[in-house]
Amino acid sequence: MSTAPGPKAPMSPASDSDTKPPEGSGPGPKPPVLSVRGLSVRFRMRGGRHIAAVSDAHFDLAAGECLALVGESGCGKSVLASALLGLLPGNARTSGSALLGDGTELLTADERTLARTVRGRRIGLVPQSPAAHLTPVRTVRAQLEETLRELTGTRGSAVRPAAERAAARASFPAGHLDRYPHELSGGLAQRAATALALIGDAPLLLADEPTTGLDRDLVERTVDELRRHTDGDRALLLITHDLAAAERIADRVAVMYAGRIVELADAERFFGQPGPRHPYAHGLLDALPERAFVPIPGMPPELGALPEGCAFAARCGRADDRCAVLPPFDGRLACHHEVRADGEEPVRA
Amino acid sequence: MLELTRVTAGYDPRDPVVREASLSIAPGESVGLLGPSGCGKSTLARVAALLHRPYAGAVVLDGEPVRGWRHAAPRERRTAVGVVFQQPRLAADPRLTLRELIAQPLRATGRRAEVPDRVAALAPAVGLTAELLGRRPHEVSDGQLQRACLARALVLRPRWLICDEMTAMLDASTTAALVEVVESYRRDSGAGLLAVGHDRVLLERWCDRTVGWRTVCGAGGTAQESMSPTP
Repeated sequence: MSTAPGPKAPMSPASDSDTKPPEGSGPGPKPPVLSVRGLSVRFRMRGGRHIAAVSDAHFDLAAGECLALVGESGCGKSVLASALLGLLPGNARTSGSALLGDGTELLTADERTLARTVRGRRIGLVPQSPAAHLTPVRTVRAQLEETLRELTGTRGSAVRPAAERAAARASFPAGHLDRYPHELSGGLAQRAATALALIGDAPLLLADEPTTGLDRDLVERTVDELRRHTDGDRALLLITHDLAAAERIADRVAVMYAGRIVELADAERFFGQPGPRHPYAHGLLDALPERAFVPIPGMPPELGALPEGCAFAARCGRADDRCAVLPPFDGRLACHHEVRADGEEPVRA
Repeated sequence: MLELTRVTAGYDPRDPVVREASLSIAPGESVGLLGPSGCGKSTLARVAALLHRPYAGAVVLDGEPVRGWRHAAPRERRTAVGVVFQQPRLAADPRLTLRELIAQPLRATGRRAEVPDRVAALAPAVGLTAELLGRRPHEVSDGQLQRACLARALVLRPRWLICDEMTAMLDASTTAALVEVVESYRRDSGAGLLAVGHDRVLLERWCDRTVGWRTVCGAGGTAQESMSPTP
């Protein structure tokens, strides 16, 4: 596997001038910040086996919008995020396309382009585990200043106040700037990581399980802050298994199951009335303790041995003969049986 | 009864994490302990599980005061308490298959002969297939590993079960499934439960009663709120 530098990796400040002028900046509707078409990721394993971690993902993300990607652990959410950042291991093969608003194709971009113009600059990453993401032997201030120097070219006496402003943007208290990551609580470490992700002023923020292990108050504060940064020109892709966090801030929800997006819906419709359309999404919501608190029977299939037809059929109460054929994703749903609000299946002509 | 009276515990005697905490659980009762991250609730759970010796205070388990913790606790007392931790990856030996992981408490207590029967009974109860039982922790998801850790906690049929943020890393469906496994074990065995967590909705739905950290610590309370490092 090649060494894949993260957002904080050393980058030449001169590369700032390399950024392409935005395409499609003429009249007409604004292009989406991120446009994903048919994105698939396969891992080649020993013995010629293949693992289909992400299959045929389609979605757009507009400026000012927050899309929550939800699903059980191991369903391929994080692999999708890694694919967008070019951080997949060497045995991964991607296909399809993922276009940034300025026309950069993320899946085919070389490491140099990704490291110098994409990570940190056009896509800010809020990581899953900030404690592991921050450098343990350096203070938060040192890490903010380094990132500022690399991403914005700030120099000399301007760096210190800029670092304090960057910390303030993510509500990181100035009094804690000289602390090391292990001296921070989970919530403060999360804000430090958010502050780092915001420095490059990237139009796309990618938050991969930013609330794992935080308590409810901190979850709400963290996602509210992320939402606050999703204003005007910036978009947020929130990857989470925490449905309450998704409900709190998302405009739209994409439900992922066994590597496929099976439903894409407006958050209001999804969490409120008439509710989700896909039986899996229905089951996921019913498992919440504030709802029925009933688990979906069984477990998700192995991504290395997906069934021929619908991957959810084995756990689905509505499964029938039609489910032997893989349901196509029509832009909002991939299921032969749409769940209606009254629980009945609509009659098909 | 599992009774903790004015327990003071932590990792530095001059600055204990838990001060004067009191909590009691009746046999068969399920109690949820609710508190923000970093408040010391996991430390108190470790004291209750006989895994951490407190600086002061008394722990009474089934009517007898606890005098030894960890290896100093007699075997029949240690095995009366089953524990499930928050992070299954940190709580599982990466060299063991899930089957060995579940069987480990039986081996450690010289009850090797019971391994096939107990594992065969527990695996389907927690939703693990024979194929998954042959895998090692790096080959399964967090949810699958936590299922194995729960089976390991139940394998010696404990009278008390301590679940320290058991579901914090898991999705909604796996959470509901694991809670159902715990509750079905408790219906059969009459075991008492201490469920520690920060999710009020979950604990109130799960447990007979839910107590807040401030109530447990009484007026003494705790100086360390969410600003302290998570242990």
